[in-house]
Amino acid sequence: MRYMLIIHNDPELHPVPGSPGWDELMAEYGAFGEQLASYGKPFSGDPLAPPDMATTIRVRNGETLTTDGPFAETKEWMSGYYLIEADHLDQALKAAAMVPSAKYGSVEVRPVLEM
Amino acid sequence: MTPTPRPAERSDRVDQALEHVYRSDRGRVLARLMAVLRDFDLAEDALQDAVVSARSAWRTGGVPDNPAGWLVTTARRKALDRIRRAASADRRHRAWAELAIAWDPPEPVGPIRDDRLRLIFICCHPALPMEARVGLTLRSIGGLTTPEVARAFLIPEPTLAQRLVRAKRKIRESGIGYRVPDRDELPGRLGGVLAVIYLIFNAGYLASSGTELIRVDLCDEAIRLSDLVTELLPDEAEPWGLAALLRFQHSRRSARTGPEGQPLTLEEQDRRRWDAQMILAGATRLGRVRDQGPPGPYQLQAEIAAVHAGTDEPTATDWGRIVALYDQLVSWDPTPVVRLNRAVAVAMAERPESGLALLDAPDLAMALSNYHLFHLTRADLLRRAGRLDEAVGAYEEAARHTDNSVERAFVQRRLVEVADRRNAADGPRPS
Repeated sequence: MRYMLIIHNDPELHPVPGSPGWDELMAEYGAFGEQLASYGKPFSGDPLAPPDMATTIRVRNGETLTTDGPFAETKEWMSGYYLIEADHLDQALKAAAMVPSAKYGSVEVRPVLEM
Repeated sequence: MTPTPRPAERSDRVDQALEHVYRSDRGRVLARLMAVLRDFDLAEDALQDAVVSARSAWRTGGVPDNPAGWLVTTARRKALDRIRRAASADRRHRAWAELAIAWDPPEPVGPIRDDRLRLIFICCHPALPMEARVGLTLRSIGGLTTPEVARAFLIPEPTLAQRLVRAKRKIRESGIGYRVPDRDELPGRLGGVLAVIYLIFNAGYLASSGTELIRVDLCDEAIRLSDLVTELLPDEAEPWGLAALLRFQHSRRSARTGPEGQPLTLEEQDRRRWDAQMILAGATRLGRVRDQGPPGPYQLQAEIAAVHAGTDEPTATDWGRIVALYDQLVSWDPTPVVRLNRAVAVAMAERPESGLALLDAPDLAMALSNYHLFHLTRADLLRRAGRLDEAVGAYEEAARHTDNSVERAFVQRRLVEVADRRNAADGPRPS
């Protein structure tokens, strides 16, 4: 099964470049990527730009409405994702617990609906 | 003339055989079906279909040598029918299910494979909400019905049914694996299973102290479940610890309340009314895992209970040993309630003031400020220490924090006693 690991973070608590803990976090993400690769299953994933870089689209009655920014202001935002393959939920949860940012925020594990 | 058995007798025998296999093998059969079908609803429905078939098939062809195996084989065929009938089933799912059913070896002749351990781990999976874990465990492993579970937990039946439907959907759609956790996950996951069983036991324990009579004895059910885990994972110590702990606690069931239903403390209980057989059964289980490495939290709690169970006179209790056991337990489980119980043990081993000093630690007092047993314990220690004015205040606080009428009456009685003692100490008051 495929699972999406959705990383949520409070930017106030999460290390940023130049802040203490940043170098360590970078190294941890590197190690996490290696770990995923070692399972020999396809995966992808990347960090996302903050919500103030977002543009939101809504289509109503055939008309496209474009707005700047995210739909709702929340303290935590989606800061990245991984799309992984796992044999069962436990394996996906194990991978999620290894996402370095899980120490600062949360990682939501969602099964991909295979149609 | 050929003597033919009277139909009534035969159908009696069939019903008896069915009831027997249902009672003793239902969990095993359901677990086997789950292994093949990977779908709770399908497994349960197919088993129901198979039971209906058994009633007529066994009547004409006789009860098979291996009724449980017969049910598994028939249920598998029924599941296949159901999958083929279901117009909504998507083709991929259907093809896979048919394949899985076809692949599994048919017609088991020997005892059917025991998949109950996998069933337990799926029912108690931490990705499911706690009520669903309890409900699924009691229904699939324990064999209770949804109405029975709902009644035992005072949850409206439709609410529970809805939660179970959601949980089963989550098991299916989020890929919760039908598997026994790996070695490295096992301690945590096993702890989760034992927590579900302990919660079932405590629900039964609390329910039986009320006035309401419930049909299902959750305590017995929890004891059976703990035994099943020891049977399936005999090398793990904690299940044995839990199986022992539940027995020690249950051994006091007829002694733990007074004539008016009021709870009695360990010191007040008539120890001759403790169930000796059950204590021995607990001690045997505990003995099996003693000295097998550092004890876990259930084993430690069982050891504490064993000290009480092995003491005829409350005054002879080895409180020093109990404090030492609590010291170990706190390092596993530093929760406020464990610390509260440790404070009581310290008060008994030393002086009431030593226990009071621990209770009055600001973080503990804050964490338990709404817990009536905290105030009741404090009140009792204050009373023993002769600080009667403060004891009255603490009893009043305890009464404020309980909704249970029996408990409140108990606190009120203590309050009157202490107030009387205080008044006697003060001398007669002007009327």
